[in-house]
Amino acid sequence: MSIGRATVEHVATLARLALTADERERLRDQMSAILGHINVIAEADTSAVPATAHILPIDTVMRDDDPHPWPDSQALVERAPAHQDAYIRVRAVLDNEVDE
Amino acid sequence: MTDLWQLTISEASERLRSGALSAVELTRAHLDRIAEVEGSVKAFVTVTEQQALRDAERIDTRRREGEALSPLAGIPLAIKDVICTRDVTTTCSSKMLEQFVPPFDATVMVRLNAAGAVMLGKTNMDEFAMGSSTENSAFFPTRNPWDLTRVPGGSSGGSAAAVAAGEAMGGLGSDTGGSVRQPGALTNTVALKPTYGRVSRFGLIAFASSLDQIGPFARSARDAALLLQAIAGHDPLDSTSVDVAVPDYSAALTGEIAGLRVGVPAEYFVEGTEPGVRQAVEEAIATLKSLGAEVGECSLPHTRYGVAAYYIIAPAECSANLARYDGVKYGFAARGEAESLIDFVMRTRAEGFGAEVKRRIMLGTYALSSGYYDAYYLKAEKTRTLIKQDFDRAF
Repeated sequence: MSIGRATVEHVATLARLALTADERERLRDQMSAILGHINVIAEADTSAVPATAHILPIDTVMRDDDPHPWPDSQALVERAPAHQDAYIRVRAVLDNEVDE
Repeated sequence: MTDLWQLTISEASERLRSGALSAVELTRAHLDRIAEVEGSVKAFVTVTEQQALRDAERIDTRRREGEALSPLAGIPLAIKDVICTRDVTTTCSSKMLEQFVPPFDATVMVRLNAAGAVMLGKTNMDEFAMGSSTENSAFFPTRNPWDLTRVPGGSSGGSAAAVAAGEAMGGLGSDTGGSVRQPGALTNTVALKPTYGRVSRFGLIAFASSLDQIGPFARSARDAALLLQAIAGHDPLDSTSVDVAVPDYSAALTGEIAGLRVGVPAEYFVEGTEPGVRQAVEEAIATLKSLGAEVGECSLPHTRYGVAAYYIIAPAECSANLARYDGVKYGFAARGEAESLIDFVMRTRAEGFGAEVKRRIMLGTYALSSGYYDAYYLKAEKTRTLIKQDFDRAF
């Protein structure tokens, strides 16, 4: 069970992980080996069973819409690596490049 | 002459109640024990000495004033660093959260604090609870107190080692695929994974949400029962906690097991089991039989798919749960110039996570990605149903 280099790069991008070339190769080998072992589940006859996403028979747990204000928003803001006044600082999501 | 750190919770609790012992003395004895052995064991990421003594003092004052206190009041505990503790660094033994100070307590901490328990500190673990040896900690490995050349197991190795070494009277860990039970086995401590939904996950930093549970470590079943009693029960802040009455665990410890039907799965005896392990299990079976239990063989035919299903489901859920670590809201942030927001996030995660965490995120992302979802994730979830049905049939 071998994973292609392009797949590893694609998965790394989805996972938002910047990998070095060495890491990519190592992960390619390791993932291929692990998936080789995991493939045993292909033998399980799952034709007649539903999927179990969650072990408990609970569904759509509700509560009253009773708001309790968080007393110290600033404490949360101050935990951000970059913050200013009451705001968390983050790089621009969209690059507004203007073509000169 | 027994050192204070060799007492069980039950024994210490009785002495505290009678006034023969103060909480400050008991906490001090454990802090001294930590000072004595921690250099070899390295169970703790953070020791909260001042807070522990302050809390112990408060318990002594309340008891002096005649207040009736819980059996855990004044008992010093070790808490795995995956559980949020207000104003005390909670790192998951990862660079990603090395400086993270939660502004809130996990529900289990709220309950332990209400019971008057004293927290000695936060214990070492495999990074983000991924591993079975505590060697994946980004900081340092923890050693097995019974043999310092060996691992204590993982991912809750720090809590297990702390309890085994007498550095704490009890501890909390978290268990997703064995991370409380296995370190318990490797350190000869009582270790329990409660049934999923029994203990609130609010404030437990998530690894695999459909599998994670917080569980106790102790040096006796009676002690473990006291710890579980304090933390178990429905929590409106955790929609996956069950609203089912919590029994009196201590009352159930009668020692009477005559007529109890115990099944030993045939599939659990595999080729390659160490002879000593097999012997220990067979001796335990003989002991149960001699106490009147009916022990017989049963079959869980889908056991062979267990690890494979786990290694798809757990990484898949982990990849979703760890997506939040992006250097923006809290935790580690990559320094220096980044080309774009995505570049910044990718570098933050590359630098903040260790190798095992990255491996599991990659596996999980792959299993959930378009084109592979059916063959891996959906297949694993259906296999999970087959495994569950094996247990339903056996019981």
